Amino acid sequence: MPILSAPSHPLSDEEVGRIRNDFPLLANELNGRPLIYLDSGATSQNPISVMEAEQEYYEQRNAAVHRGAHSLAVEATDAYEFARTTVASFIGASPDEIVFTSNATEALNLVAYSLSNASLGLGGDAARPYALGPGDSIVVTEMEHHANLIPWQELAARTGASLRYIPVDDDGALRLEEAASVIDGSTKLLAFTHVSNVLGIINPVAELVSLARGVGALTVLDACQSVPHLPLDVAAVDVDFVAFSGHKMLGPTGIGALYGRAKHLHAMPPFLTGGSMITTVTMERAEYLPPPARFEAGTQRISQAVALGSAVNYLAETGMDRIEEWERLLGERLVVGLEAIDGIRVLGPRSGQPRIGLAAFDVDGVHAHDVGQYLDSRGIAVRVGHHCAQPLHRRLGLTASTRASTYLYNTTDEVDAFLTAVAEVRSFFGAAASGVSA
Amino acid sequence: MSSELENLYQQIILDHAKRRVGQGSTDPASGAGSVPEEEPAAGSPVAGALATGALATGASHQLNPICGDELTLRVWIADSRIKRVVWEGAGCAISMASASVLTELVSGETRDDMMEQLDRFRELMRSRGTIVPDEEVLGDAAAFAGVSRFPARVKCAMLAWVALEEAVLAANC
Repeated sequence: MPILSAPSHPLSDEEVGRIRNDFPLLANELNGRPLIYLDSGATSQNPISVMEAEQEYYEQRNAAVHRGAHSLAVEATDAYEFARTTVASFIGASPDEIVFTSNATEALNLVAYSLSNASLGLGGDAARPYALGPGDSIVVTEMEHHANLIPWQELAARTGASLRYIPVDDDGALRLEEAASVIDGSTKLLAFTHVSNVLGIINPVAELVSLARGVGALTVLDACQSVPHLPLDVAAVDVDFVAFSGHKMLGPTGIGALYGRAKHLHAMPPFLTGGSMITTVTMERAEYLPPPARFEAGTQRISQAVALGSAVNYLAETGMDRIEEWERLLGERLVVGLEAIDGIRVLGPRSGQPRIGLAAFDVDGVHAHDVGQYLDSRGIAVRVGHHCAQPLHRRLGLTASTRASTYLYNTTDEVDAFLTAVAEVRSFFGAAASGVSA
Repeated sequence: MSSELENLYQQIILDHAKRRVGQGSTDPASGAGSVPEEEPAAGSPVAGALATGALATGASHQLNPICGDELTLRVWIADSRIKRVVWEGAGCAISMASASVLTELVSGETRDDMMEQLDRFRELMRSRGTIVPDEEVLGDAAAFAGVSRFPARVKCAMLAWVALEEAVLAANC
């Protein structure tokens, strides 16, 4: 489908004010104050158009897809496949390279279990190159979300391969000089996050992919925090697999996607098996459809896929370049403001360095849970805890942090109100006098 | 400032979050723990219990997977009485204050009275703000009544109490 052309002028508070009208939840109050939603890194809010797309699907087209001869089933199938095409176009992929999953976690597990099945000898000759065993290594990074760590731990445990990781430095940046030795001839797969969900840092995809290519390893990109916030072209990043979740990009929960390079998806054995993914079935065995159907067993998340297609259209019409630029501005404002407050340690890149609109921080003397509670009382929703990245927090000497994350619907006034509230936290808990340092 | 917030973070809670009564090494060989506990005088029940091996100890490690907070608590029991509580851990103001208040409250209590306090505290935490706490039984722990209105924080307040319950069971006396 044609990606609609977006305006070229930068986003502004004025235009964001109009965008906010599309998001009913943002007009709500939280604890008697106007809601300031700074937790889009966890889950984003939905525009009316997305909710209407799901409702319209149920009111007009609901039927099982890829089966049945009646017209409604054809309409449902068309809607589902059109959504696939929309999502594929959004990241520069072909539709048959997009597998719908329930979320990024399932997408990553799909790859891990398919390789696991290949390691058991399933999938025949074509799948043999995807087998892992003792002597092979899987490489991840120390900053991974648990969703891009545990599936590889489990794959290593099932196959006898070893799991290694690229360490981070004290600021959380990947130590690329060590990556070159961690990734070696034994490496069969490199899985890493594009943008850290804790640090907001944008990892050097090209360098990492180059290291992996040099040893013939597959590359898996966790794009949960990048696809929603910046333009991503899978051909340009040249990775083999990309995982992302719909609910972080204006879509509903329960839908995500795996991009897989066509030649890999064609060669890999299925993960989940059952209806809708087969050609011939006997009592003894089954033959499987080509991808993406091979990886979509059972009745799929049709209404969610349709709504995700609508969310992608909303993002494309707004313009991913403009969203990226606006959030870069918000992210910089967050970090500059946090750095100016006594007792705040920002995790990840300093001000002036690239990051998305996301900043996690530690408040000296006040636990993240208490910080979040204080902000909640001011109507501000943030994330507290380890953000599903315990190893990274441990490496940074923390068990938990507080995280503010923006999206296209956040204003500079909201960031400023958040900063004002953060500046009050330490005095409320008796950790320090109130105020901003000189 | 929001009165709901101040209802949650009572001054007594903020104070205990800093004082942390009972915080110290839970290594059974360690003499740590900030509960004042004089050396058992010769002939005292504790010394007698020590001599006869009747001083039982148990420990429990609790983790709040939501925030990663951890707490280890050790209890010493003799003659069915809580002799000493020591805990170590890291966590939010609510969980640290709760461990501190608990230590003061149950030290010296009989095992049965302590279990009564635990039951009342758990009941209070599950009440969603519908119970007026009995300060006769709960002492300073009554200050946590406001926590019950914040379901996401009940686990923080309960962390040390759950550890105490398990530690007492582990002491097996």
